[in-house]
Amino acid sequence: MTSELDIFVGNTTLIDEDVYRLWLDGYSVNDAVALRVRSGILEQTGATAGVLQSDTMDHYRTFHMLERLLHAPPKLLHQLIFQIPPSRQALLIERYYTFDEAFVREVLGKKLSKGTKKDLDDISTKTGITLKSCRRQFDNFKRVFKVVEEMRGSLVDNIQQHFLLSDRLARDYAAIVFFANNRFETGKKKLQYLSFGDFAFCAELMIQNWTLGAVDSQMDDMDVDLDKEFLQDLKELKVLVADKDLLDLHKSLVCTVLRGKLSVFSEMETNFKNLSRGLVNVAAKLTHNKDVRDLFVDLVEKFVEPCRSDHWPLSDVRLFLTQYSVSVHSLDGFRHQVLWDRYMGTLRGCLLRLYHD
Amino acid sequence: MPGKLKVKIVAGRHLPVMDRASDLTDAFVEVKFGNTTFKTDVYLKSLNPQWNSEWFKFEVDDEDLQDEPLQITVLDHDTYSANDAIGKVYIDIDPLLYSEAATVISGWFPIYDTIHGIRGEINVVVKVDLFNDLNRFRQSSCGVKFFCTTSIPKCYRAVVIHGFVEELVVNEDPEYQWIDRIRTPRASNEARQRLISLMSGELQRKIGLKVLEMRGNAVVGYLQCFDLEGESGLVVRAIGTACTLDKLSSPAAFLPACNSPSKEMKESPFNEDPNPNPHSSGPSTPLKNQTYSFSPSKSYSRQSSSSDTDLSLTPKTAPYPQGPGIYLCPSSTPLSCGSLHLKSRLLSESSLTPHHSSLVSPVLRKSVSFSEELFLAASGTGSGSAGKEGGPLKALLRQQTQSALEQRGGSPHRFCRRREFPFLTLTAFPPGLLVHVGGVVSARSVKLLDRIHNPAFVGIMGNTRSYKLLDWNSFNSDEPETRDAWWAEIRQEIKSHAKALGCHAVVGYSESTSICEEVCILSASGTAAVLNPRFLQEGTVEGSLEQRIEENLPVGCGFCHIPYDELNMPFPAHLTYCYNCRKQKVPDVLFTTIDLPTDAVVVGKGCLIQARLCRLKKKAQAEANATAISNLLPFMEYEVHTQLMNKLKLKGMNALFGLRIQITVGENMLMGLASATGVYLAALPTPGGIQIAGKTPNDGSYEQHISHMQKKINDTIAKNKELYEINPPEVSEEIIGSPIPEPRQRSRLLRSQSESSDEVTELDLSHGKKDAFVLEIDDADAMEDVHSLLTDVPPPSGFYSCNTEIMPGINNWTSEIQMFTSVRVVRLSSLNLTNQALNKNFNGLCENLLKSLYFKLRSMTPCCLCHVNFTVSLPEDELIQVTVTAVAITFDKNQALQTTKAHAEKSLQRASADNEEMLQFPLELCSDSLPSHAFPAAKAVTVEKASPMGDGNFRNRSAPPCASSTVGVVKMTPLSFIPGAKITKYLGIINMFFIRETTSLREEGGVSGFLHAFIAEVFAMVRAHVAALGGNAVVSYIMKQCVFMENPSKNQAQCLINVSGDAVVFVRESDLEVMSAQQPAVNCQPSCTGEVTT
Repeated sequence: MTSELDIFVGNTTLIDEDVYRLWLDGYSVNDAVALRVRSGILEQTGATAGVLQSDTMDHYRTFHMLERLLHAPPKLLHQLIFQIPPSRQALLIERYYTFDEAFVREVLGKKLSKGTKKDLDDISTKTGITLKSCRRQFDNFKRVFKVVEEMRGSLVDNIQQHFLLSDRLARDYAAIVFFANNRFETGKKKLQYLSFGDFAFCAELMIQNWTLGAVDSQMDDMDVDLDKEFLQDLKELKVLVADKDLLDLHKSLVCTVLRGKLSVFSEMETNFKNLSRGLVNVAAKLTHNKDVRDLFVDLVEKFVEPCRSDHWPLSDVRLFLTQYSVSVHSLDGFRHQVLWDRYMGTLRGCLLRLYHD
Repeated sequence: MPGKLKVKIVAGRHLPVMDRASDLTDAFVEVKFGNTTFKTDVYLKSLNPQWNSEWFKFEVDDEDLQDEPLQITVLDHDTYSANDAIGKVYIDIDPLLYSEAATVISGWFPIYDTIHGIRGEINVVVKVDLFNDLNRFRQSSCGVKFFCTTSIPKCYRAVVIHGFVEELVVNEDPEYQWIDRIRTPRASNEARQRLISLMSGELQRKIGLKVLEMRGNAVVGYLQCFDLEGESGLVVRAIGTACTLDKLSSPAAFLPACNSPSKEMKESPFNEDPNPNPHSSGPSTPLKNQTYSFSPSKSYSRQSSSSDTDLSLTPKTAPYPQGPGIYLCPSSTPLSCGSLHLKSRLLSESSLTPHHSSLVSPVLRKSVSFSEELFLAASGTGSGSAGKEGGPLKALLRQQTQSALEQRGGSPHRFCRRREFPFLTLTAFPPGLLVHVGGVVSARSVKLLDRIHNPAFVGIMGNTRSYKLLDWNSFNSDEPETRDAWWAEIRQEIKSHAKALGCHAVVGYSESTSICEEVCILSASGTAAVLNPRFLQEGTVEGSLEQRIEENLPVGCGFCHIPYDELNMPFPAHLTYCYNCRKQKVPDVLFTTIDLPTDAVVVGKGCLIQARLCRLKKKAQAEANATAISNLLPFMEYEVHTQLMNKLKLKGMNALFGLRIQITVGENMLMGLASATGVYLAALPTPGGIQIAGKTPNDGSYEQHISHMQKKINDTIAKNKELYEINPPEVSEEIIGSPIPEPRQRSRLLRSQSESSDEVTELDLSHGKKDAFVLEIDDADAMEDVHSLLTDVPPPSGFYSCNTEIMPGINNWTSEIQMFTSVRVVRLSSLNLTNQALNKNFNGLCENLLKSLYFKLRSMTPCCLCHVNFTVSLPEDELIQVTVTAVAITFDKNQALQTTKAHAEKSLQRASADNEEMLQFPLELCSDSLPSHAFPAAKAVTVEKASPMGDGNFRNRSAPPCASSTVGVVKMTPLSFIPGAKITKYLGIINMFFIRETTSLREEGGVSGFLHAFIAEVFAMVRAHVAALGGNAVVSYIMKQCVFMENPSKNQAQCLINVSGDAVVFVRESDLEVMSAQQPAVNCQPSCTGEVTT
């Protein structure tokens, strides 16, 4: 006796959170059944393996049917085929768009193209995440990217409106879209210590301050692209390191204030010019797309690593960066205060976040 | 021409991409009603078109309004080639035709295509202006309300229950027409959908006419089914109970009831019909024969072929050389088991009268009618024993005694002419209606559907019955009346069975068919009952209450008292004095097809009891096949009954409610599935245990085995008693002075096939043991059976199940409900199939299905699966399909326990109290239910129809298409109520039929994926229609048919689904309180509040 057909359809669509997770994680029905058996559900409920198999199949089928709708979450809300309570709809969407830290680190900043999709095999082997799950996550990134890429207004709001995600998840997606659009390099070995959260933090700061939307949200352009004019202007900051007097003055201003306050004062004093040159050169180079991509590599190389090798405590980094930005206001010969603040304000936040082991 | 239908197409959304190049669609809409079609403009390049059309107006007469569905087709405009159809929406406008239902249909409907399923949605507004005066309007059958609910709908009151109405319509199945060879599957499916929709409309209209003739205004318990007879056509048939319903307790509202419609009809046929239609068969029952099963007006007539059909009946009697007594043991030992089961009784009785065979109707029948003498005796003693009820009984019966005798006189002519059946399709009754319950009556008959007319065969018939056959045929040859005659025959049988039980009525009546190739089993069953005649005549509920006092019936146990005379019992039964009132006799076991009466006193909880059975059958053709089937039927029925009885005993219970026995015929097997809800009725005696008797007492080890089994059975009974909390109040055994019922007729259960006289005496030795139920293990077969008894696993803790409306013993429902449909198809390995293996497989299938349900719904515990409805079909060789629809309802465990106890105590007290208290009880019920509907009802009738404001209000709520972001929730339930809520309005009947077909089965996820999606779509379409009517729930929902066919090698599958229910508006009881405290809440009760405020 073999089961040819076995279905269960409820007027309210039944959603089993555990099975949904297994499905999202890309397990096959058989693997999912095995995992459920291991969870001890049979003992709890007195069910048989056959019942579990049938139940799992059924849920998988439902999820498969729902998947089409999950690709455009507002459709899930308006469709008539599955009657699902709003709280469950939200859960379905949120979980569907949730991604794995390990996975996102692999693709963050990469072009969301077919080429990358081909690499998913390797990512799957490397991260231990099933290929199916990798595909779903990758397709989610790509789908969100495509929808909001050309849109005006706040990136986070757009994502929230079109994908009905929670605020937190929408912010993460904004970071992913932003990184994908600007193709920031995140995969280099020296960047491996950074988490997605670190990058997402930086992305948010950059979206808030460095994009066109940051200046004027009514502008035609949007949150995804960096403000080209601003990047051009950043060249002007070069004077801070090119003009020797200015550089010396800047150093003396910082040192005066920080003397006695830093545990690594002498290291700071010796390294000041290198650090300052590093930070200003990063700014000056941002006119080239290639250098924009290397932003994080540069920041780590030029600032994070030198400080770390001298064992700066985080509090000292914070004090130094604050003072380093503020002192520029006292440089009489320097005229680009606003530009400096727009640059350094964001960069300071980013560097503090990036500065850890 | 009483109506103007107005349709507006507002917008579409989520349309499929029809133009690959642009990824967009140029959509337009065709609106068709009857032969008139309108079109909207083409809305270019959009998947969310906004047509905002003008009002399309159709001027139509009421017949069309009732018959025709509104057909809306969405198409993609194509300049160069033919326009592509996107899909269709059929809207039944019937709910707009009666005054108290919906006033407008407005909302988003899924656009459905039979090949692709749902493809987007369309927003439509539909209205009907009836510009005739109301009075005239009422004369057409438009005004008759239909309810699927098998009880008096919640916001109505029954003024009169007129009785049984039935009708059927036959047509050729488009799928089998020659044109089907050249048209596309889509066209064929659509032709079929449309035809069934038309036929349903026509059927409903005709039934409506009958109701009007009976002076009723509503049909309750309306059950419409279709039979796909393949080559021989398509039958749509319906039964229901005609009532006069009243929304208020105003006695002026009801019309003088006509007690004998047939008489009146003869006097004034048609004269009330403003629009006499010669083709409509409805008005006159006597005339019906000539006109009725076809509708020439619709030009679907197929006269010739159907007259063929009835002639083909003739050969079928040939295989019966003798009377029907041959089926079971030749000895006249009663096989009956103390219950009122019909079949075995029948058989034993009919064997007494050999000459009787001449009376057997000339077709294959499984059970045979009573002999004349017996029949007379039964009716005579019936009225005698009922003494005080004699008067009403006579009045009630609408000459049925007389007509029954006439019919039994053997003339088929009469048989066809008089058609008065005292049947009710109701399963729950207004207080006081149900007086006594006799037991289950059922009848089956096997028919051949082939249409080959072979007159030569008639001549060959040489036996005693041949003249009858000739007579029959000549009578019928020019009348296409076959199907109707078949049913009439069965109903007649049911009626006479009821009569034999001393009952004049049958309640909880239903009919069904099972078709395989050209063989068809027609089944009917119901519960024989004695009803309070006051309800069936003119007179109000108040009147009947008085009547009740006179009759002095004890509440809570009255219905258990036997209606038949104990000295002249139609079958041997074990009677005792009622354990509740000690005044009347009750049987030891009671089987019924109705719901548990609300005032019944129950001990503990109930549970679902199923008997499952398979029987192999040789493949055969035509008559041989029919003979084989009819030979098997009695055995099946007997065994199903035995199983039920054993399982009931095993549960420690003594009564079955909602019994439904389904016999399904397949190519090489027959399946029997009986479901019922077992309960312990306090009025009935405590059931005895089950005793196992070995056949070979000499074998020591065998003996040991037997005693082991016995122990297991005893343990199970004890466990079940604990599980279902069956602790009957210690009935101070045999109340002092109460005489122990005389000749204690032992109820026994024997295995008939192997029975011999020795064994009978052997068994009689155990006679002294009280109430013992004996299972004799004489072969491996019997052993199997006992084992299977014990393999039924009780539901996991926190779960209860029943197939009735409410679970006996649980009454504290919380509001969470989940209706579901589950379908399973299994393939049996074709090798060495035996009956036992089959039984085991089938049992396993059903048990596993139940287990799966419990597992799936585990998050709802504590909960109860109510109205569990199993349907079995055998789509192909070796394929068994089981479909289950039920609703899971949560309940509060702690409170439930308390209230049941309180309830039980209360009703026990009540039962023992004096007359005065009895009077109060029904009064309480009345006053309880009246205020809830009195308020909206009063205005609804008058205002809604006349005031355009009502409409406006309504539209405001649903018209802004995209206003609300989420879709409103529509509840669905097979029950007639929604726990924790009050139904404030019935919006009309939902009766939908869908076909879905695919040629890419694998791509759609195989058979499971295909059917899963289809059922989900059907639910969606039902919900959309209800929402468009302004409702928020469907009650009494039923999936009447789910026919699934697959051809995996061709990557194809097809499925037909037929569902129905009542669209309603409900308000949560908690909201009601809020409403009364504050202002009317507009969101929950749109229509009613609308009217109230105007």
